[in-house]
Amino acid sequence: MGPVVSEQPVLEIKNLNVDYGFGPDAVRAVNDVTLTLHRGEVLGLAGESGSGKSTLAYGLTRLLPPPGIVRGGEVIYHPSEGEAYDVLSLSDNELRAFRWAQTSIVFQGAMNSLNPVHKVSSQMMDALKAHDPKMSGRARLDRARELLGLVGIAADRLDSYPHQLSGGMRQRVMIAMALALEPQVVIMDEPTTALDVVMQRQILAQLVELRQRLDFSVLFITPDLSLLVEFSDRIAIMYGGRIVEEAPAGTLYREALHPYSDGLLHSFPALRGARRELTGIPGSPPDLRAMPGGCSFHPRCPKAFEPCATEVPVLGQPVAASGGNTEARSVACWLHEVRPGR
Amino acid sequence: MAISTTDLTAVASNTTADPTRPPSRRHFRFIANPKAAIGLTVIAIYLIFAAIGPWVAPYDPNARSNDLVAAPSAHHWFGTTHLGQDIFSQVLVGTRSVVYVGFVAGIVATVLSIAIGVTAGYLGGVVEDTLSVIANVFLVIPALLLIIIITTTVESAGDGTVALIIGCTSWAWGARVLRAQTLSLRHRDYVEAARATGERTWRVVTFEILPNLTAVIASNFVGTVLFAVMSEITLAFIGISGQSNWNWGTILFWAQSQQALDQGAWWWFVPAGLAIAVLGTALSLVNFGIDEFVNPRLRDSGGHKIRTRRGTAWMRVGFTPVVRDDDLTGPRRGRGGAAPAPIAEGASTVSFGTRGGDR
Repeated sequence: MGPVVSEQPVLEIKNLNVDYGFGPDAVRAVNDVTLTLHRGEVLGLAGESGSGKSTLAYGLTRLLPPPGIVRGGEVIYHPSEGEAYDVLSLSDNELRAFRWAQTSIVFQGAMNSLNPVHKVSSQMMDALKAHDPKMSGRARLDRARELLGLVGIAADRLDSYPHQLSGGMRQRVMIAMALALEPQVVIMDEPTTALDVVMQRQILAQLVELRQRLDFSVLFITPDLSLLVEFSDRIAIMYGGRIVEEAPAGTLYREALHPYSDGLLHSFPALRGARRELTGIPGSPPDLRAMPGGCSFHPRCPKAFEPCATEVPVLGQPVAASGGNTEARSVACWLHEVRPGR
Repeated sequence: MAISTTDLTAVASNTTADPTRPPSRRHFRFIANPKAAIGLTVIAIYLIFAAIGPWVAPYDPNARSNDLVAAPSAHHWFGTTHLGQDIFSQVLVGTRSVVYVGFVAGIVATVLSIAIGVTAGYLGGVVEDTLSVIANVFLVIPALLLIIIITTTVESAGDGTVALIIGCTSWAWGARVLRAQTLSLRHRDYVEAARATGERTWRVVTFEILPNLTAVIASNFVGTVLFAVMSEITLAFIGISGQSNWNWGTILFWAQSQQALDQGAWWWFVPAGLAIAVLGTALSLVNFGIDEFVNPRLRDSGGHKIRTRRGTAWMRVGFTPVVRDDDLTGPRRGRGGAAPAPIAEGASTVSFGTRGGDR
């Protein structure tokens, strides 16, 4: 599936903590998350709403509005040439230059991210102008035309206003804009939730194809696990602000180790393969202000046993899964003995 | 789907067993806002003087004495007028009339503007058109001239009459703003949802729409109070309202007619002018406070600073601060460990966007 994914990291998230609020009222929304995005890879990030997926994405790009605070960790970015650096230590100006040129974001509800009173072309050219003021207007227009071509929109749509485009087209425009500066990392925060299933598939197919041509990495955030299984290389599952399982997409689909991943997989009909019974997950996501002790999933877990309520399981490589490759996966669950660290 | 009771009880027990959260903390949050607190304090002082002013005034504001146009002294704190009247007493006695007219007119105008603006905005159709026309007519009437005409026509126009007239002529702008805001709220999803669940119109208006208008209403009220104060003072200043009835405008009227500025008698007009300015400032502060209180997003955006060893990190949109634990604890270089150590040169390489650097 997809091109050969190199083992070279492009974005390394290490022990990232993100809080909402400060002091006694602080709520930890992302807790000690370590995750690596490799070059050319599509990494899916799944979990219920409130599990911290979006907070993680906005935290690592430092786009989180107040009262969000990054409370430690590192986000090491490896540019295509030059030294790797920590995004969390960039100054405002460096961060501004870093954004969009190195890492771009397609927002949740991206369809509404276009300003209704400006033409598509001027909005696309704005981003180019902001990062390369010397670029001529002619060149910017050419680039905008080229970008629209990339996502399969006719060049005569450049002069359209957003309301003249369909939802799917607006979404494509957003993706084209995200690719405008040839970033290495594109973060997609539920970019297709507002679209119908047919359009979702079309856009995702296009994304995969573009990724092969332009060689960028994607951090794809969605609660829709079946979508991820379909087209991502690796999947990380978040629950209560922590990564609870991480595995290659196929492996996770065949054999989810964490009961939560298993529950998620049985909450969606699979796009392909044999029919399975949908069970869902009982209960609701935990209140971040009053996290259950131990594994935060234990009050809802059908397989909870003795240590779950008291001790937090460590994320690590499972020692013995009942089958398949345990190399590239990790899980945080007391059901599975792990080698700590990865 | 069976929701296991275990998770519910787990959550419940966790919330009750949280000792770090005193439940009473949130009650006085509006007062805790420094802007609101300062504004309310100042307004409270004005209200107190409005109530007790005539009793605590050291002299009868009309009483003449032999100290003519005397500078402030221990006897006359704010000096005296050309007739030897005590200006401090005049300011104190005048407070009641100003505050009374300001607030009564503000309340009258606000009630009218809510009733007319929200009704027009929510109901739409013929009602809206009619009310809009009325509001527009009131908008183009020059309010002050109307007030002058009415106060001169009405026999014995006291403070109450002036307040009512100002209130009834100054609601139109507020009504227009509220109508526009209501129009935009009317089709929000949560209003549609409320209607879909079968809520009655009055409940939709009072529970779904009005709370969202609070900031607008509050700023309208504050604006109208200011306008009413100004109108009343203007009326007195140009000599329309009775001279026996003291307010700050009357003081200014006499100061102007006796050429206080030419005489160098600054104490004649500065106290009254300052009283007006401070009242206006206090009302605006309350307005800002209400804004931040009503709009949670405004409350949290910017201004929140976190003191760390490497300087102050600001919470602001677009650049999430990074505060590591070792920025907060550990040995401090400052004496006694109380003051945060000064920021080392080049500390801006860490991710504290210092404010004002580049925004």
